[in-house]
Amino acid sequence: MTSRELLSPSGQDVVFVLVGLVVLGAAVLCVTTRQLVHAALWLVVALGGLAVQYLLLTAEFVAWVQVLIYLGSVVVLLLFGLMLTKAPIGPSPDADSGNRPVALAVALAAAALLVTLVIDAFRTAWIDLDTPHGTAEQVGDSLFRTWVLPFEALSVLLLAALIGAIVVSRVRSRAGGDR
Amino acid sequence: MHLVYPAVLAVLLFCVGLYGVLARRNAVLVLMSVELMLAAVSLNLVAFDVWLRDATHAGQVFTLFLIALSAAEIGIGLAIVLLVHRARGTVAIDELRALREPRAPQRETE
Repeated sequence: MTSRELLSPSGQDVVFVLVGLVVLGAAVLCVTTRQLVHAALWLVVALGGLAVQYLLLTAEFVAWVQVLIYLGSVVVLLLFGLMLTKAPIGPSPDADSGNRPVALAVALAAAALLVTLVIDAFRTAWIDLDTPHGTAEQVGDSLFRTWVLPFEALSVLLLAALIGAIVVSRVRSRAGGDR
Repeated sequence: MHLVYPAVLAVLLFCVGLYGVLARRNAVLVLMSVELMLAAVSLNLVAFDVWLRDATHAGQVFTLFLIALSAAEIGIGLAIVLLVHRARGTVAIDELRALREPRAPQRETE
């Protein structure tokens, strides 16, 4: 069974590999481009492709949450951060630090080790995608039955983080002495 | 679908993020690389949840929590980066050396 499926991949496999290549390419461009704003836009491509992967894995609720939160707010926040720190619009030659070769060596070593390990460990594992596992109904059901307490704790944490961000980034007037 | 496809993609995405964290100089770009690493972990969680057919959908719920956590993290991180930019005029992380250890041999000879 395994060799037959490896030799004749299904349509989902083909689409997954193709979108995966797009995601990887966009991620590599995101961490190597010298134009800071382009890095944020390549991050949009990578995270959007990842949402397509979630859809292929039949986790549609997670996919749409990814589109809404990551593409809708996180990338916009990052673009705000780039603009507020006065990032240059054109290419900036000092986007990378001096330890690029070391970083490349560490990343390649980690990738080789982990890919070998993962392929060796899960060579015979197959995902059954015929019945969807992760529609909004199923995930919402377990989210509000099993995971209610962590969910509420997370909302408090998000509120605390937002208030903390406002407090940290508020402009303090030094002359008046008040915070 | 073979489980190896999403697992290998997640590994490669994580390593790309690792390279970005180590090699980038602008603090906002480092935060973007952290986002890539978090996204790789999310892909693993979703893939293994669908593979194991977990009745409580633990992997996908954790992915939702992870997305919310990364939104909180990026908010706090950008606030700190903005504060550093306002105080020091730079966001290049290798120029922020106020907390660096002093050179030990020089101290001993003084």
